[in-house]
Amino acid sequence: MAGLKDATAVVGIGQTAFAKHLPEDEKTLACRAVLAALDDAGIAPGEVDALASYTMEETDEVELAKAVGLGDLTFFSKVGYGGGGSCATVAHLAAAIATGQATVGVAWRSRKRGSGPRPWRDTTAQLPTPAQWTRPYGLLRPVDEIAMLARRYMHEYGATRDHLFNVALACRNRANQNPAAVMYERPLTREMYMTSRWISEPLCLFDNCLETDGALACVIVSRERARDCRHTPVYVHSAAQGLPAQHHGMVNYWNDDPLTGPAWTAARHLWKHADFTPQDVDVAQIYDAFTALIPLSLEGYGFCGRGEGGAFTEGGALEIGGALPLNTGGGGLSEAYVHGFNLINEGVKQLRGTSTAQVPGAATCLVTAGEGVPTSALLLRS
Amino acid sequence: MLSPVTDPDGAPFWHYAAQGELRVQSCADCGEPRFPPRPCCPHCQSFACEWRQLGGHGRIWSYVVPHPPLLPDYAEQAPYNVVVVELTDAPRIRLVGNLVTAPDAPLNSLSPDRIRIGARVQAVFSGTGLPQWVLERP
Repeated sequence: MAGLKDATAVVGIGQTAFAKHLPEDEKTLACRAVLAALDDAGIAPGEVDALASYTMEETDEVELAKAVGLGDLTFFSKVGYGGGGSCATVAHLAAAIATGQATVGVAWRSRKRGSGPRPWRDTTAQLPTPAQWTRPYGLLRPVDEIAMLARRYMHEYGATRDHLFNVALACRNRANQNPAAVMYERPLTREMYMTSRWISEPLCLFDNCLETDGALACVIVSRERARDCRHTPVYVHSAAQGLPAQHHGMVNYWNDDPLTGPAWTAARHLWKHADFTPQDVDVAQIYDAFTALIPLSLEGYGFCGRGEGGAFTEGGALEIGGALPLNTGGGGLSEAYVHGFNLINEGVKQLRGTSTAQVPGAATCLVTAGEGVPTSALLLRS
Repeated sequence: MLSPVTDPDGAPFWHYAAQGELRVQSCADCGEPRFPPRPCCPHCQSFACEWRQLGGHGRIWSYVVPHPPLLPDYAEQAPYNVVVVELTDAPRIRLVGNLVTAPDAPLNSLSPDRIRIGARVQAVFSGTGLPQWVLERP
């Protein structure tokens, strides 16, 4: 059977502005991002026959397709677990196109997390499991749930706040090069980080991603079709989802080894089907809702050993020119938090050679979705 | 304050907790304890279960100290602690809770700088049947 490897390519990317508040609603923003991505690809809306998005996406396929004038759809899917679904949207489309179920796929995410409600504030729609075991005690927000693992991680491996600062700084430095980033003109210093207010100790303000309004989309076609498109194709080299045995989502406190997670599962599949190794990755876009997810992901995706994720960030390793330039558009921490879709588009920009913080000669890129929830990941190559 | 929004799997835990008993679901066939509760045993697939009483001793596995923005009832008490306790007689069962100075004391009754990973703790129960934790050696 022909596999997924390099069978499809991302040929169009689009995005709206990113801001704390955008006046337009999520549906309108979704339409704008999708049309921008199709325009970038040079493909007419009527040619689209596949869609993929997140279960948390408010705009459904019917609304989007009829608004922007898509063709007859023969494949549409939605992926769960919030930001864990980002890369899986592309993966599902790649699988659909590679197996002949569709020819032109669009993945998108539109979200008003900047001006809209914070999901954790909802007290009427508590999920019975696992919320009954955590929320009554005041473990209310994703940051509280991840901070619990972060504290244990720091205790077990000697990781420090300076390691987390290295992550925040790398993302901010890249955002300072990216005019589209929310934090474009806002440099970060170690003093600002170390004296900022706590959100959930041991995580401070700058360990948390932004709250952003915005939308992004990308277009996926077969490698044959990709050759006729406007831009250099960015091939989907390998793709994986990951839900480990006995995993519990962000409150992964109830198994043998809570400090490993979905990244490890996704990584095993990703590398098994790839022609290159972690050492060959030129640039990485790693899901960064919280800085503490980066050391875990660096371990999970095989860039270092267990417990070495903190130390890996030392010596400018995550900066341009370092061992693994990270989140080169600024990531969720400093460009925009749109459930990780900006990481996908930034990966495409790097492999086109058009990033605002271009890694010279970048030919391979890892993109990951949220760690700490059932996740997904992509290896892209030019 | 939020009350546990329970489900058929979790209801027995809260039923026993209201009586001051810390019990966890265990497989009635292979004996493996499991948490959170679920319909069948992930080890042997048996649907038969029992609720095993535990001694209520444990150690702090990790903790956080949340600061606002939080829900109003919690913001009033912030910064407070939330701990994960690893149970002595069921090491993979880790319960989320609060480390307090006495049963029904506020979430912020114990100064966060008194908390250490590895510290021995003992379960107590609030008047509403919520398990809480106190330091064995205050």
